[in-house]
Amino acid sequence: MDINYNADSIIVGAGPAGISAALEIARAGKRVVLIERSPHPGAKNMYGGSVYTHALKEILKEDFDLIKYERIITSHTWSFLNEKGSFEMTYNNNDSTASYAVKRFNLEKQLIEIAKKRGVYYIPNTLVKELLVQNGTVYGVKTELEEYYAPVTILADGVNSLLARKINLRSDFKPQDMILSVKEAIKLDKKTIEERFNLKEDCSNGVNKQYFGTNFGYLKCIKNLFMMTFLYTFKDTLMLGVGANLGDLTKNKININFVIDEVKKHPDIAPLIKGGETIEYSAHLIPEGGFKKMPKLVTNGAIIVGDAAGFINSVHFEGTNFALMSGKYAGETAVSALDSGTYTEQVLSAYVKKLENSFILKDLYSYRNIIERLHSRSNSLSVYYPNKIAELFEIITDANCISKASQIRKYMFDFLKERGLREVVKDMFAFSKCGADVFFGK
Amino acid sequence: MQNDKENSKSIQNKLSTVKYNCDDSTHLIVSQEKCAKCKDKTCTYICPAGVYSVDENTGEIVVQYENCLECGACRIACPKHAIDWNYPHAGCGVIFKNN
Repeated sequence: MDINYNADSIIVGAGPAGISAALEIARAGKRVVLIERSPHPGAKNMYGGSVYTHALKEILKEDFDLIKYERIITSHTWSFLNEKGSFEMTYNNNDSTASYAVKRFNLEKQLIEIAKKRGVYYIPNTLVKELLVQNGTVYGVKTELEEYYAPVTILADGVNSLLARKINLRSDFKPQDMILSVKEAIKLDKKTIEERFNLKEDCSNGVNKQYFGTNFGYLKCIKNLFMMTFLYTFKDTLMLGVGANLGDLTKNKININFVIDEVKKHPDIAPLIKGGETIEYSAHLIPEGGFKKMPKLVTNGAIIVGDAAGFINSVHFEGTNFALMSGKYAGETAVSALDSGTYTEQVLSAYVKKLENSFILKDLYSYRNIIERLHSRSNSLSVYYPNKIAELFEIITDANCISKASQIRKYMFDFLKERGLREVVKDMFAFSKCGADVFFGK
Repeated sequence: MQNDKENSKSIQNKLSTVKYNCDDSTHLIVSQEKCAKCKDKTCTYICPAGVYSVDENTGEIVVQYENCLECGACRIACPKHAIDWNYPHAGCGVIFKNN
């Protein structure tokens, strides 16, 4: 193609994936343009609350120490909610530095500063309307005002990736392939948060809680709602959010705001946020289709990264690490393509190879059926077992002067009777398959 | 169960915490023709910002695009594929700061 390129690479979207790709390309001395529709980087983005530092270190290298966070997340709790309370498991690692609680508005701002310092040409406030394509090759982008031309375009335009759909790299998602999440940033004073969550003043520790179960408040009237709740401690803010399968919300005609309002009333959650003031409400989609709904990742002259490619492991709340590392691999691929002077799909497929050899496609492959399996047993996970666990612990802790043997026998008998052998077998089958998927995964 | 009035009041309260650079035209275009045939009106209950409602007089869908949080749920959930969903103009729309 006879085109007067004005950059070596164009990146659409300044989230973690886009910035990571841009940094990689700029470090190799190429001219890279990073276009963002928002006036402030990160202002359109939302996540639970923490960025993973293993990936961040790989991307930022010596600049990693510049990153300021609000707290280090050192404590993870998995909690199963029922009507009266919860059953919780907590893993504390006070030495962990694996994840930082930092607001996206601040994270992307810092990443952009580093990227600019490393030679990335950053253009905010600019909306890419479409990709420029000729003879099946992407050769640039068209913004509201002008056109930019480059041999390699990287689509880091997030979960809704309108651009990837426009050039048919991806079919549209179905509601059941998406999680709709809303979050409230709840302001509390720093000292109160530290007292409530047993945290140090120097912000060197912090808490992430993941709550399962819907059998409380009005949520128990909803059938088969596959959802979870998350809570993160920031410096003087708590991030409380819920994510629910969009298909389930649609079928049940439930608004996600109703879900978070019910969660806020739960007897175990209400005291944690008591006295706090919601200072921001946000919403975002999370792609859950994973491996099976993955778009075509490369075409002539273009590569897809991050959320736009659906790179998420929602079982383990991983997303920023997938975004950062896929951006890096795309950047490396773009650099080799630029050095070789060919930008065909075949050359850019080196990106797919890199993904295949990394945790990204390995994990997506291993987890390809897990969400579906868990979703199919959502009533067991959200209602039945949280209740049954609570009943068991009631027997253990109630000191009710009834013989333990008779209570345990009754418990087991009731379990088989109410639940029915069929359901128990289905549950066991689904859960052990999940385990096997990972164990025998890539 | 979900009380629609209470929920929409709750949403309105929360939206008052959100900062926007308001666009001068809508980025969400619904096909009123398709919407007229839609029984579910999924958009009216799925949107976390309560952007969509039904006009009591005309029966048409009213779109308060100014409140949009740009999540994209409506576009995917709409059974009639009746929502032409775009981003607001450059620099416009929601600005999350405590995200």
